Amino acid sequence: MSEGDRPSTPAASDGHAEAFEAVIGLEIHVQLATATKMFCGCELSFGEPPNTRTCAVCLGLPGSLPVANERAIHFGLMIGLALGCELAPRSIFHRKNYFYPDQAKNYQISQYDEPLCRGGSLDQVRIHRVHLEEDAAKLIHVGSSGRIHGSDASLVDFNRGGTPLAEIVSEPDLRTPEQASEWLKLLRTTLRRLGVSDVNMEEGSLRCDANISLRRSGTSDLGVKTELKNMNSFRFIERGIRAEIDRQRKILQGGGSITQETLHFDPASGALTSLRSKEEAHDYRYFPEPDLLPVAIDEEMIALAREAMPELPAERAARLQLELDLSAETAQRLAFADELGDYFEAGLAAAVDPRPPAQMLANWLTGDLVARLGDGEDPLASRVRPAALAGLVGLLAARRVSVGAARQVLDRLVAEGGEPQAIVDAEGLAAMDGGDELSAIVADALRANADAAERVREGNTKAMGPIVGHVMRETKGRADGTEVSRLIHEQLGV
Amino acid sequence: MNATDVLRLSAGEAADAIDSGSLAARELFDAYRERAAADRAAGAEGLNCFTWVASQAPAGDAPAPLGGVPLAVKDLFCTEGVPSQAGSRILEGYLPPYTASVVSRLTRAGATLIAKTNQDEFAMGSSNENSAFGVVRNPWDRERVPGGSSGGSAAAVAAGLAPWALGTDTGGSIRQPAALCGIVGLKPTYGAVSRYGMIAFASSLDQAGPLTRDVADAALMLRHMVGRDHCDATSLAFPEEIELPSAERLDGIRLGVPKELTGEGIETGVLDSFQATLVLAQELGAEVQPVHLPHAPHALSAYYVLAPAECSSNLARYDGVRYGYRAPDARDLLDMYTRTRHDGFGAEVKRRIMLGTYALSSGYYDAYYGRAQRVRTKIAEDFRTAFSDVDFIVTPTAPTVAFRLGEKTADPLAMYLNDYCTVPMSLAGIPAISIPGGLSEGLPVGFQIAGPAFSENRLLDGAHALERAIGFDGDAARV
Amino acid sequence: MARLARLALSEEELEPMARELSAVLDHIARMGELDLSEVPPTSHVVEVTGALRPDEPRPCLPREIALAQAPAVSDGGFLVPSPQA
Repeated sequence: MSEGDRPSTPAASDGHAEAFEAVIGLEIHVQLATATKMFCGCELSFGEPPNTRTCAVCLGLPGSLPVANERAIHFGLMIGLALGCELAPRSIFHRKNYFYPDQAKNYQISQYDEPLCRGGSLDQVRIHRVHLEEDAAKLIHVGSSGRIHGSDASLVDFNRGGTPLAEIVSEPDLRTPEQASEWLKLLRTTLRRLGVSDVNMEEGSLRCDANISLRRSGTSDLGVKTELKNMNSFRFIERGIRAEIDRQRKILQGGGSITQETLHFDPASGALTSLRSKEEAHDYRYFPEPDLLPVAIDEEMIALAREAMPELPAERAARLQLELDLSAETAQRLAFADELGDYFEAGLAAAVDPRPPAQMLANWLTGDLVARLGDGEDPLASRVRPAALAGLVGLLAARRVSVGAARQVLDRLVAEGGEPQAIVDAEGLAAMDGGDELSAIVADALRANADAAERVREGNTKAMGPIVGHVMRETKGRADGTEVSRLIHEQLGV
Repeated sequence: MNATDVLRLSAGEAADAIDSGSLAARELFDAYRERAAADRAAGAEGLNCFTWVASQAPAGDAPAPLGGVPLAVKDLFCTEGVPSQAGSRILEGYLPPYTASVVSRLTRAGATLIAKTNQDEFAMGSSNENSAFGVVRNPWDRERVPGGSSGGSAAAVAAGLAPWALGTDTGGSIRQPAALCGIVGLKPTYGAVSRYGMIAFASSLDQAGPLTRDVADAALMLRHMVGRDHCDATSLAFPEEIELPSAERLDGIRLGVPKELTGEGIETGVLDSFQATLVLAQELGAEVQPVHLPHAPHALSAYYVLAPAECSSNLARYDGVRYGYRAPDARDLLDMYTRTRHDGFGAEVKRRIMLGTYALSSGYYDAYYGRAQRVRTKIAEDFRTAFSDVDFIVTPTAPTVAFRLGEKTADPLAMYLNDYCTVPMSLAGIPAISIPGGLSEGLPVGFQIAGPAFSENRLLDGAHALERAIGFDGDAARV
Repeated sequence: MARLARLALSEEELEPMARELSAVLDHIARMGELDLSEVPPTSHVVEVTGALRPDEPRPCLPREIALAQAPAVSDGGFLVPSPQA
């Protein structure tokens, strides 16, 4: 996620007369990691059998009443502080009325015109608002059932119903799918550091919808927007947004117009299907929730939220840059992706002599290690413990292994875990000292690659490749590349 | 004590007798149980006060101070394992898995549940003609209505079928039936009593309260009802203990009479009775003076926007999914919803749901709901202003005496006008009590006294003094 | 309106309902006579804020009880006709 200006490049540069720019806003729902539900004392459910985490309130039994969870509000305030929002002095819950089997009361208690937080920004994308609401229950389609006359049936499981949600709405300041995905990752990191949510997209504790419209580049009006719902991975979000931008662009370039609607993106086929037209939009008939009193956000609540704030990504980046002399780009990379930053700092903390230089450790973490792990895999969950990587980089910095050898050691660590020094010893990968052994091997390599040697002598340095390759094979990568190059030049007399 | 004497004891007297050992709680319970069961068995020949009667006395001893005095409870209070139907087909046979907080409080104080009383469906009505379980009859004249929506509770107490009863008041549903049945009914300050477990009609207006033979019983019941409940976010701690009243005079008490609620639209006989009671009050030392409640004439309009609006949302949960009636053989989900609610709800409920849905709908919110909320603010202000000049505000409780069954059912607006004098206090959230003031054409007339928020102790004291002076005889209604 | 409220009204019910509602609405419209421009709405008659609940677990209903009053149940869930997309 780059700093600086939001790009205003057109979404397509295929030479068409009309250049369009995408305008993207995100609406994120975050399940809060409280102990109990938003309006009742049921413990939150993690895969329990259906309808075993319910009570009169979250089942919407006659006569039941909601009471707001003070920790959920505390978490909401923390989110507001982290995003630099204005915290409302008084916040009210509203009823959002609509009939659906996953809504026990056929209304959702949410917030409308007096949300908990307004304004704010995260890495130059403005926040519109943050508010609290309760999650819906789970609807499981079960196909035809003899019990239900004439139509397919669904089962309702109210375990999830009533789980506290924070809804975070951004302004439409995003311009590309990649930017949206990166920004969402940063938001996720921020929320994770706050400790307010597991923010796990696969498990559903982080859900993201996107609002997408196009407009002619250079204009400032907003086009008709569509809503893309329930994409449950960063990759799908990027692809889904890109697909929708393409779809809208084709329509607009063809002279058509966009219908406001809600769409579902199928990542397998890349298809966008309409869920429902917004014209059939619900009239939610919002009115203030009479069963709940307005929440006064007083100094004490704000102070408690402030005290609970951990170091946020931007602060962490600044600190890493300052204290460890990391490049700005590296510092941001580590701070904006929680797992990397945590791994890095753990590695530094666990390091023993020879200690790895900070920048070098960071490079090996974000480069070599990440490249060897699966997409999105958390390095802390890999077999390479932070101390091990730190140890390896320390050895490399102390020239006790060559770069090539180090890479081999890392491969072993990734596959099997273990200790770098032990692997070096076991595989005989210790750096080769300069001197006779290496000289002799270089001499052999020159003899075995006479043509290449000739070309190098003539001044073609690139021809050194096969010679170096020969040496590396013979030394199992232990030789130091710079030293080999020097010996080749010395022996060839160039 | 013989059986008839036992039945003549007020709830407070019975509690004392049980405590002193001169009365066995079980005997009292059985005596009332028999009468209630007889009414239930009589069907249309009886008053039809009850939707459920206990089949036997509970085992063991009930705690002090009430020691086992039986309590009839309006059907819409959830009582675990006992049908709680709110007078509606859509909840016919519904057995809640929990008990309403206020009922629990009363049973912990020693009251025992003897019966659930019939009511207008979901507390919507002023005549108890909207029940899915049949109309309730007024014990003073069985061709007439007992008032509503707590008609069953009021009739049961008036007829001596229960010593006292729990009801709810949203726009007058305790006070008006109390007036029409010649008994005492109190609507407490909004928030003073927990609403947890009370099947909701209009959340910002509903309050539980006592229907009793005399003011002392009302105070006794209220004493064991008030208090903050952590299950109800809108409930408040009552700033003082509710005392049993003892006043015999009204010296120094200033009574305010609002012309907006004591003139046009009130039956002559009712007005005469009202005036007579004022005279009595003055004889007890009260000062009577006019006050102004300029927005009171709009109270009914505001109420008939706000209450239906809240109810349209509160009743959305009755959809056949998790409990209650579900229409059989539904084609699809929409069909299930609409037919369930069509079959399960009566006409008045449907009317109010439609009204409420309309008042909240986009484009109309400001004109109706928004406006009604503002009228509410003004009404509350009017009362506060008036209370800076007077201690209590007094009005007739209802514009008429008990009317005939079927007389107003064809005209909803005429029916709504029954709440004319009671609705302003509901909107303002202030406490108000109705005591029998006298008779007009042989039917009871109610006298309403309203006070500022949390003035219940003074209110009960004043009502008690006046009640003594009035000396109303409710015997004619006893079964 | 009926659809929003999920109320199916039969032919016979529709006309009287419309008439009754009109009458009530006319009466209510009298509120329009008031000048309420400067008046804040009362959404909560109780002049108190707060009443929050500590984040402490309370017992849930046993499943049999949660499902006990349900018109249709299957595999521990409430069975309903599927919503159309």
